[in-house]
Amino acid sequence: MFIVAFVAFSLFNYVGDPVHNMVGQEASTEKREEIREKLGLNDPVHTQFLRFIGNAVKGEFGLSYQLKRPVSDLIAERLPATLELVFISALIAIVSGVVLGVYTGINRDGFLSNIILILSLFGVSLPTFVIGILFIYLFSVILGILPSFGRGEVVDLGFWNTGFLTLSGIKAIILPSITLSLFQMTYIIRLVRAEMMEILQTDYIKFARARGIEKNAINFKHALKNGLIPVITITGINVGTLIAFSIITETVFQWPGMGFLFINAVHFVDIPIMSAYLIMVAFIFVMINFIVDITYYIIDPRIRIKEEVSSE
Amino acid sequence: MLKFIKAMVLTLLFVGFVSPVYSATIKWSMPGDSLTLDPHAQNEGPTHMVSRQVYESLVTRGLDMSIEAQLATSWEATDPETWVFTLRDGVVFSDGKALRASDVEFSINRALSGASDMIELIESITSVKALSPNTVEIKTEGPNPILLNQLSQIFIMSEGWSKKNGCELPQDFNAEEATHCSSNANGTGPFKITLREQDTRTVFERNESWWGDQSQHNIDKIELLPINNDATRVAALLSGDIDFTNFTPAQDIARISGSAGHKVESTPQARTIFFGMDQGSDELRSSNIKGANPLKDKRVRLAMYHALDMDAIKDKVMRGLSEPAGMITFPGVQGYTKELDARLPYDPEKSKQLLAEAGYPDGFEITLDCPNNRYINDEAICVAAVGMLAKIGITVNLDAQPKSIHFKDLQNDLSDFYMLGWGVPTFDSHYVYSFLLTTGGSWNKVGYSDARVDELVGTMLTETNLDKRNANIAEAWAIVQDNMPYLPLHHQVISWGSKSNVDVPIRTNNEPLFRHAMVN
Repeated sequence: MFIVAFVAFSLFNYVGDPVHNMVGQEASTEKREEIREKLGLNDPVHTQFLRFIGNAVKGEFGLSYQLKRPVSDLIAERLPATLELVFISALIAIVSGVVLGVYTGINRDGFLSNIILILSLFGVSLPTFVIGILFIYLFSVILGILPSFGRGEVVDLGFWNTGFLTLSGIKAIILPSITLSLFQMTYIIRLVRAEMMEILQTDYIKFARARGIEKNAINFKHALKNGLIPVITITGINVGTLIAFSIITETVFQWPGMGFLFINAVHFVDIPIMSAYLIMVAFIFVMINFIVDITYYIIDPRIRIKEEVSSE
Repeated sequence: MLKFIKAMVLTLLFVGFVSPVYSATIKWSMPGDSLTLDPHAQNEGPTHMVSRQVYESLVTRGLDMSIEAQLATSWEATDPETWVFTLRDGVVFSDGKALRASDVEFSINRALSGASDMIELIESITSVKALSPNTVEIKTEGPNPILLNQLSQIFIMSEGWSKKNGCELPQDFNAEEATHCSSNANGTGPFKITLREQDTRTVFERNESWWGDQSQHNIDKIELLPINNDATRVAALLSGDIDFTNFTPAQDIARISGSAGHKVESTPQARTIFFGMDQGSDELRSSNIKGANPLKDKRVRLAMYHALDMDAIKDKVMRGLSEPAGMITFPGVQGYTKELDARLPYDPEKSKQLLAEAGYPDGFEITLDCPNNRYINDEAICVAAVGMLAKIGITVNLDAQPKSIHFKDLQNDLSDFYMLGWGVPTFDSHYVYSFLLTTGGSWNKVGYSDARVDELVGTMLTETNLDKRNANIAEAWAIVQDNMPYLPLHHQVISWGSKSNVDVPIRTNNEPLFRHAMVN
């Protein structure tokens, strides 16, 4: 995380001059210089970096240049929107990815399987913003059943503002979450399918079949459980990617989340927001990897056994 | 039966036509949101667009952009440096307090202090004094013939409200907290803000206690829903999620006007796009010509001018939405004339001849710096220009970058040849000259310097005899047009898209005035 922060910080010197965006075109050269001085932009990079880290440790990310509000407030306001979106997308991606993956793995040459696989090709190859625009065009402009942008009515619970409690909020999350999940979903379909096909060839499945165990039990209890380990690894990493991809989805759907905040900050060269966002994403990645490791421990008995053995 | 149907249809039509017009909501979208509700903290387009619905100024620009009375009903210059404004009776802020002269004194001083972004605009003001509860005296440093233009950008706040909420000064960059005034508004205008979720939703409601004519609009509620992405904004308009946008992408105009129930209106914008050419340096940074600067030679500049086919750019790049320009300011600005704005003909043969006369028969190499997210189709215009200049032998390397980098490079004098656009909020040539054409002007990055022009610009600021002043402006333009320090390209055209039943009168500065809007 420290390295991410440092690299990010060094790059900010190349993104442009925030002062130009902060003052009007009328501002004199002296005024620009004065503001640069005030913001500490004239200090060498390492001084700026140390000051930033010093504040970040205290949980202070400074004041946004553009919105003139504390960055921590802005992020706290936007975080629920992004997390809700990512949560729903991950849910859609995992559930439908696993179900469809198993289905296509079992019925390898079925007609429906081929259709699913062909469709999944679109999911992998079409860029998110194109899918988003296509969805908006189809469901909002032509059919007129779902809103084209925004988050609908949100309910403020004090510490969290949620869109799950209103009809318009639920309607609003459908298109962006499907758009965001599509890439991951197709990824998971293909992964689960490959795993299933491999495992179904293994001896223990053959023996299970020979013992006359019910087909569904074999497929879901024995085969799928073993096939899930790599899926969890990939999914874990990909939840991080979902957060990153949400930048694009949020921009297309005007979703008031963190990615959207970040994109605006980049346009404006709002360094406090950019650095806080990158630190946060790095933190989330680290956390996810940690959780994934713990999940292995729960799912795969071999890891547990090994530990017990070595501790003796 | 037929009779019955006829009667039904007629009744429906009748009801449709006279249906009550007193309850209308308008959903408005633009790519960005206001940065702050503090009316003096940011001198920026969308920020003023929002503030303008809520706050008012002493004088303002009407639908046709001419100056008209707003909070002041009359004004007179008691001597060349002193103005006295008489305030309107019966004006109240939305918190119920009456407007007094002390509020005006407070507001103008506030706009002149601390981190205000409006200081440069009104820095000629030396003092503001409330003479009585409804008269204010403003003194300027030397005579200021464009004071009214400048004051039309200064919003008046309530002194009591600002002090009570701890925002006597515009917010400082070093402040730890957001101020109350940056997320709340208390103005005298036709609307008041009842909900503010930055970047998501801002709700304005009719201010019942507004002093003006309530019948000139029928808007009870405005919802501002910013949408950054062009395609999403257009889709939202087509699907009915929004009613109106003052930012309609050129490529979607045909789609919107072709859709039933929608319309698009266009007008030339108060902004002109041009190329700057560094003629002050002795050697260009990016050219293969060493020891000399070809752009110093007027023949070279004219050669480049004749090589640009702006009609082709209008048709192919701008989809018809631009007005090719011959001067670097636009209709409506004091000093603009149609004759000066006529372009010299597109004539590549003449260009080649001029280049040969100047001693560059084989052309030369130069880098063009261009923004890619600032003006309408900015990068595409530059790409087209590169091709056109190549035809006369000038090899142009294009460097298109985001505006935050482009303008930083310009400020640091790093460019030989660049694109710039210039709007004129005061609608007076002085604004163009003081920044772009005086020796050492803060945006004069072409190194243009002409002693007579400098002298004339000085008189523009002090000459109060309007005829004399206009003659001076005309003389300055004659000198500039003869020297062509900038290559004029075109005036931008803006388009507003809306549902067919929504009428928001289009304005050249792209600022909607919902106090003149009607939903039928």
